[in-house]
Amino acid sequence: MNYKPTYTPFGETAILIEWPAKIDEDIIQDIVSFEKLVATNQQVLDTIIAYNSLTIVYAQLTNYSKTVAQLKEVYQTKREAVSKTKKLWQIPVCYHESFGIDLKEIATQKELTIDEVIALHTAPKYLLYFIGFQPGFLYLGGLNPAIHTPRKSTPRLRVDKGSVGIGGEQTGVYPQDSSGGWNLIGKSPINFFDISKEQPCFANPGDRIQFVAIDVFTFTQIEKDVKRGVFHLKFEWI
Amino acid sequence: MIQILHPGIYNTIQDTGRVGFAKIGVPTAGSLDSYSAELANTILHNKKTAAVIEITFGQGKFEFTTATDLCVTGGDFSPKINSEPIAMNQVYAIKKGAILSFGKRNYGARTYVAVVGGIDSDIILGSRSFSAAITHQRLEKGDTLKILDTDLHQEKGFSRVKIHEKHFSSPILACFPGPEYELLNDLQKQQLLASFSISEDNNRVGVRLKEAVKNSLESILTSAVLPGTVQLTPSGKLILLMRDCQVTGGYPRVLQLSETAISRLAQKIAGEEVQFVLR
Repeated sequence: MNYKPTYTPFGETAILIEWPAKIDEDIIQDIVSFEKLVATNQQVLDTIIAYNSLTIVYAQLTNYSKTVAQLKEVYQTKREAVSKTKKLWQIPVCYHESFGIDLKEIATQKELTIDEVIALHTAPKYLLYFIGFQPGFLYLGGLNPAIHTPRKSTPRLRVDKGSVGIGGEQTGVYPQDSSGGWNLIGKSPINFFDISKEQPCFANPGDRIQFVAIDVFTFTQIEKDVKRGVFHLKFEWI
Repeated sequence: MIQILHPGIYNTIQDTGRVGFAKIGVPTAGSLDSYSAELANTILHNKKTAAVIEITFGQGKFEFTTATDLCVTGGDFSPKINSEPIAMNQVYAIKKGAILSFGKRNYGARTYVAVVGGIDSDIILGSRSFSAAITHQRLEKGDTLKILDTDLHQEKGFSRVKIHEKHFSSPILACFPGPEYELLNDLQKQQLLASFSISEDNNRVGVRLKEAVKNSLESILTSAVLPGTVQLTPSGKLILLMRDCQVTGGYPRVLQLSETAISRLAQKIAGEEVQFVLR
C-alpha cells in the first residue's frame, strides 16, 4: 500500500499530511506505521492521527520545504512488518438493563431481541482508528449496520464514565463523566484514561477492540480490582 | 503558600502547556495569553516554563501565607496588595499575610500572577496546566498553592518593562490560510477579512464570533485541530479554537491564527472587534 499523501502547512509550526478522504483500514494502518517513524524525531512535539490525516507539530519549523522533503523520504522507507505489532483488546462490558438504558428501545426499533443486539455488538473486532474528542475516547470502526442508531435528539446532561454507546454508525465508550447524545447499551468497569499510568490510554491506533459481555457480579468484581490497581486487561497480539 | 480566599469565575494554574499526548486526545492547555505569562516569568527571572495563576476578568482574592516576590501581567484589573494599588508588570516583595485582590477593569480579560520560582502544583503528563479530565478544572475556595521559592527576594521592584500596547488595543489577528481555505470562493475569502465581533460565548476552549459568512462547505472527515484553528460552522459562524480545544474536529478549518494572535485574542472581551489579516 503506497499512497501519495499531500502535505500542507498548518499554521506556524505544524504540517498536515492527508490521505484520500475515506474511512479505510489500509489508510489508517499506513498512517499509523508512518507516524511511528516520524514521532521519534526530537523536534516533533506532538502528532495527531485521524481517519485520513496525520498532523505533526514541531517545536520550530524553520524550513518547511526541507522538512516536507525529509518526510517524503521517510514515507518511502520500508516499514517494519506490521504483523504481531498490534493488539486485540478484550473489553469487559456489562449489558444489564441498569446500564444499557437504551437497549430495549434499540431492540424494538430494529425488531431484534436484546440478546441479539448484544450478540451483534460483541461479535466484531473493531478497528481503533484514532483517539480524539476527549482524552481516551476511541474512534472505532466496524459497527454492524443492523444496529446503527441515530443519536438522541436531546443529549443527556450526564453520562457515566465507562458508558458504552451507539451514535449513528459509531460505537464507543465515554472515557469520562460527561454529557452525551449516544444511545447507551452498557457499561465497562475499566479505565480508558488513567493519568497514573505511563501510558494513560492502553490502546493505540491500529489496535483492535472486542467487547466481552459480563454479568453484574463480574462487573462489580472488576470494578473493585480496577480501584485496587490489580486488574489486568486481556489482550492478544495480532 | 498562597491561599484562595475567593475563587473568582475561572482561575487556573497554567504553564507552557502539555505536549506529547495529543495522540491520545489530550488538549494542549497552557496560558491563554502566553505573551503575558512569559513576560511575568521574564520579569521575575523565572524559567519560561514556570507555572503562573491565570485569572479571568479580575475576579478572585489570594492570601500569601509566606513571603515572596510577585509580578502581575496581562489584563489590568487594578491589582491591589492589602487594598493598596500596585503597578502591572513590576516586581513586588510581598510580606507574609499579604492579600492580593483586584478592582476596576482598565484593559484586557486575563491576568497573570507569577511568583519567584513559579507555582508548585502537581505535574501531570509533563505539565502543571489545569485541564478537564487531567487535573482539577479550576481553583476553588480554600485551595492552597505551594511556591517553588528559589532565589527569594533577589529582585526588588526596580525594573518596569514596557509592554506592547497593541497587544491589548489592536483588533488585528495575524493568521495563515487554514487547510480548507482554498475551498472557499472569492466572496467568502473577502468576507473573512471583514471586521467581526466577539460573542458572549468565549472561553478557554474557543471563542465564537457574532457575524456569519456565507458558507457552502460540507463538513470534513474528522481531522486534527490546533489551538488557533478557525472553524467555519454550517451556519456560517466562526469558532476560533483556544488552548483547551479538543484535538480533532469536523468543521472546515479556514484559517489558522498565529501564536501572537491567540495571545491577543485571549485579552478580548465580548463585544470587542477583531479582524483577520492573512500573512
